[in-house]
Amino acid sequence: MKEITGIKEYIKPENLVYRKSSLLTDDIMHYCPGCGHSTTHRILAEIIEEEGIQQDTIGISPVGCSVFLYNYIDIDWQEAAHGRAPAIATAIKRLLPDKFVFTYQGDGDLAAIGTAETIHSCNRGENILIIFINNGIYGMTGGQMAPTTLPGMKSSTSPYGRDVATMGNPLKITDIVATLPGTFYVTRQSVHTPANVRRTKRVMRKAFQYQKLNRGTCFIEIVSNCPSGWKMTPVQANKWMEENMFPWYPLGDLKVPEEQQDQQPKTE
Amino acid sequence: MERELRLMKGNEAVAEAAIRAGVDGYFGYPITPQSEIIEYLMEADPAKTTGMVVVQAESEVAAINMVYGGAGCGKKVMTTSSSPGISLKQEGITYIAGAELPCVIVNVVRGGPGLGTIQPAQSDYFQAVKGGGHGDYHLIVLAPASVQEMADFVGLGFDLAFKYRNPVMILSDGAIGQMMEKVWLDPPRERSKEIPEWATTGKTADRKRNIITSLELDPFRQEVFNRKLVEKYDAIRENEVRFEEYLCEDAEYLLVAYGTSARVCQKAVQLAREQGIKAGLLRPITLFPFPTKRISELAGQLKMALAVEMSAGQMVEDVQLSINGKIPVHYYGRMGGMVPTPDEVVENLKERIIGG
Ligand SMILES: Cc1ncc(C[n+]2csc(CCOP(=O)(O)OP(=O)(O)O)c2C)c(N)n1
Ligand code: SF4
Ligand SMILES: [Mg+2]
Repeated sequence: MKEITGIKEYIKPENLVYRKSSLLTDDIMHYCPGCGHSTTHRILAEIIEEEGIQQDTIGISPVGCSVFLYNYIDIDWQEAAHGRAPAIATAIKRLLPDKFVFTYQGDGDLAAIGTAETIHSCNRGENILIIFINNGIYGMTGGQMAPTTLPGMKSSTSPYGRDVATMGNPLKITDIVATLPGTFYVTRQSVHTPANVRRTKRVMRKAFQYQKLNRGTCFIEIVSNCPSGWKMTPVQANKWMEENMFPWYPLGDLKVPEEQQDQQPKTE
Repeated sequence: MERELRLMKGNEAVAEAAIRAGVDGYFGYPITPQSEIIEYLMEADPAKTTGMVVVQAESEVAAINMVYGGAGCGKKVMTTSSSPGISLKQEGITYIAGAELPCVIVNVVRGGPGLGTIQPAQSDYFQAVKGGGHGDYHLIVLAPASVQEMADFVGLGFDLAFKYRNPVMILSDGAIGQMMEKVWLDPPRERSKEIPEWATTGKTADRKRNIITSLELDPFRQEVFNRKLVEKYDAIRENEVRFEEYLCEDAEYLLVAYGTSARVCQKAVQLAREQGIKAGLLRPITLFPFPTKRISELAGQLKMALAVEMSAGQMVEDVQLSINGKIPVHYYGRMGGMVPTPDEVVENLKERIIGG
């Protein structure tokens, strides 16, 4: 690699606009370039650090590309079987009610194999945070169709495009959980632009704070990309996501706590 | 405080013993013939007294994963079910074994396969003792033969589960679960405040983060872990074998039976002795570890062994392995929810004796 000369003179306090969260470990993330998982991890680490709740937080990582999330953020973790994270979170929170408990799950994990656990933990109003990364595909296993895959979208198990007549329509599980009285705050965001990253960080921080109120499940869907599974460059993937995913999964709050409704920051 | 005498169903005894043993959490889903356990707990509402959490899950799959979560926090947690529900739990059980978490799982067995019958059976022996879920692992399996043992094995189960960081199964059956007997209940124990050093309770500055997982992509490291499990199971085989003998000192014919079948066989031994047949009974209390050594020792004095079980012949394979060809080993059993009678067992024993 060509050596960048003179870089040292740029490394000055006044030039530092960004730093690595102290809770992000030095493990090299295994994600593909441009993947939304890593950005979301960073936000999560920053919030836990800034809120000063490392010693009070227990995360549950899924089966999916983010299975090794526990290697990247320096908190206590439990690694769930595929789809079962909300059941695990339920017990942790019931037994340690003063702790912050969250799950981090992909769309296959949360909306296919774990549908029952998702719906019922939300329906019981478990006082946990569910972070749902919807990239419309099974990333980890090599790009198979997910319940969230768009109509006509090609994947390795829908090579001719998702045929809704036989494969069903994309499952908007976030819309479903928003209808349940057990959920307290339900929102859909993205992390593909700096503005969206800031907004997602804001709502995620709020969701962590809501857990202190003991008022029910907070649910954050992050419409994300999978450049590898979609067979696109990161730039193409983000553009494709804006043009195709967002119409199906419009960003914004689906359910906000009543007392907050007037002061909600408007999201598009 | 004193022990307390009560008349209870086996299932109720499990529930009451759980509260008294200081269990932190119970997660269940109704299924006959064991629904009394969750009903009893819901009615007792121990959240108000001991602080024990009781949750009716949406499925056995969810319930066992709740157990995983609670166990991962170092808590004493348990679930109960019957055969079809235990099949659903197998995914969670193998993850619990793989993550080396302590917990107690009760199977009040009913006849199968499939939906089968709601009547008692012992047809889940292989599933309980040989693995059940995928991967190389073992449960510690306790087989109660009375309402008293249903109660006692809850506390014993947790002691063993925490000693070895391993799931423990109480393999009961519909008869033991449903019948009423006198039971001495231990005085209530406080819930433990001890936090095991591996538990996920929030990472503090004085320790590394704790991770509960069964995942290891590096085959070398996975094998190292598998070997560690094997060593643990060997230690369990060495230290935790439990069994009971009845008239074995001079026995020439050995009945081997656990749970409900053992009760039947105790009577059968008496009947056989009245007819001049020197019969004895070995009742395994732990099915894993199996009392292999003792059965092998007894083989020296025996003419024959007969495994009696409410299945198509599952435990008999472990009796055969224990005896290793030294003497003939036979099986007698009933299935489908039928319970053998002592007379039937004696008749079968006599046929075998004549048959050689
Ligand atoms: C019980 C079980 N079934 C199937 C799998 C295989 N598997 C691993 S990850 C995965 C899908 C993950 O997709 P998603 O949840 O969308 O996460 P992503 O990788 O896209 O982030 C599947 C099917 C498994 N590990 N366990
Ligand atoms: S396969 Fe997709 S979801 Fe997985 S790391 Fe790569 S881009 Fe991200
Ligand atoms: Mg996905």
